[in-house]
Amino acid sequence: MSTLPSAQVPLEASIASSSPAAPTVTSIPRHSVLVRVTHWIITLSFFALVVSGAEIVISHPRFYWGETGNVLTEPLFKLPIPASRNLVPTGYGYVLPDQNGWSRALHFQTAWVLVLTGLLYVISGWIAAHFRRDLLPTKADLSWRNFASVMRHHAGIEQSSDVHAESYNVLQRLTYLSVIFILFPLVVWTGLAMSPAFDSALPATVTLLGGRQSARTIHFIVSIALVLFLFVHVFMVWRAGFWSRMRAMIIGQTSKHQEGK
Amino acid sequence: MTDLSRRKLIVTGLAATAGVAGVGVAAHLAQKYGLVPPDHGGLYGSGETLTYASMRLLTKHSLAREFSRSQISKRPLQNEVAPFSEEFKRFWAGKFVDWQLTVDGMVERPTTFSVDQLKSYPSQSQITEVVCEEGWSYIAEWNGVPLSYILNLVGADPQAKYVFYFSIEPDWWESIDMADAMHPQTFLTYGLNGDDLPVGNGGPLRIRLPRQLGYKSVKFLNRLTVTDDVKKFGKGLGSISPEQGYAWYAGI
Repeated sequence: MSTLPSAQVPLEASIASSSPAAPTVTSIPRHSVLVRVTHWIITLSFFALVVSGAEIVISHPRFYWGETGNVLTEPLFKLPIPASRNLVPTGYGYVLPDQNGWSRALHFQTAWVLVLTGLLYVISGWIAAHFRRDLLPTKADLSWRNFASVMRHHAGIEQSSDVHAESYNVLQRLTYLSVIFILFPLVVWTGLAMSPAFDSALPATVTLLGGRQSARTIHFIVSIALVLFLFVHVFMVWRAGFWSRMRAMIIGQTSKHQEGK
Repeated sequence: MTDLSRRKLIVTGLAATAGVAGVGVAAHLAQKYGLVPPDHGGLYGSGETLTYASMRLLTKHSLAREFSRSQISKRPLQNEVAPFSEEFKRFWAGKFVDWQLTVDGMVERPTTFSVDQLKSYPSQSQITEVVCEEGWSYIAEWNGVPLSYILNLVGADPQAKYVFYFSIEPDWWESIDMADAMHPQTFLTYGLNGDDLPVGNGGPLRIRLPRQLGYKSVKFLNRLTVTDDVKKFGKGLGSISPEQGYAWYAGI
């Protein structure tokens, strides 16, 4: 890679502060095609999974710990919502319409799309050194001084700077890495652990989690964490300049430098 | 065109070509090796097919987890079923002594079995978990005879592809492929935790497939048909479940 002129390499040219950026570039490439395409496929898949997942939860809004759990056993916690099946004593006098059929079909079909797209993203990101270059915090990033500066910036104490148009700060890097390498793998793992067929082939999938009901409960909690991440993510995008960031994730370039040419 | 965009174009083109070719080859192989489920059509057919094909390859010889006696749930949940038919109530009043399981289709000797007859064959038990698509589960010991034993007894045609099975109650039927039908944990069960199988859990006779969700384990079983043609039954989707929006293959 180092023998190539830097302008040929999309990310090195723009983001990494260590690389010799070409000063004549008029628009700054921000996200590679692969990052943009997988980002939006995963966004759509995530919406479908959240909606269908919520419908599935409504059929039994009780969560347990361990191997087994049902209306005859003590739940770990219950959601204070009515259910779509009359098996569940919710305290509400009515039963919601049952939407499990299409919800399950959509959930599993979309899970395939998300997993395959996610694998494509992770493998290509690994090969292209996307994670190492754009997401792994540098030593300087991890200093307390830098953390404090980023925090002050987030709290609005410090004047906003332009650096984020071109790269990520340490909080962003750690958050994205956690979402990509902890939350998503965990939600896929716990989802697979609920498959009776998959468990028969690889029993450790579920036993390592402490049982099928633990897997279901963790699946739910991690999903909530991912939804919270989405809210924060969208809020931050909005704060940073919604259209500029959308432009970066759709056509791949930041608008600021376009205007400046 | 810059070198940058040319490189992108080549990579994208290669990826797209590989993707299309891969899907084509996969579809061909799937047909050839019986990896396509009866409900492969429609909006969610590709997801169903991917799941069924993957699990067929991954779980060919795998066994569902079996548990220790201490893990058996104190109360095996009896979830609600539709109101019983008059026919079922008559059998129930007679303590199911007249209950019959008819086995027909692609078999050398179509046979009708009473529950007592089934009990006279070598009994086996499995301590496995019932997993409902709603999310709940319980563990129980199931006593019965492996379906493979009965299929061998009646001389099921090795060319047959599916076993269809029916509840005495209306609109309650499913089917499984021969791999699942011959699987050592696929049982015709007449006992639960050592006693007669209660009506609330599907008695007097229930099929058990611990590698699939509970709805494949049809209750009040009274007919098995060995066949190679799914089109003969209902809308040809393999079971009533796809007609109601649920997957035919419930191993997930």
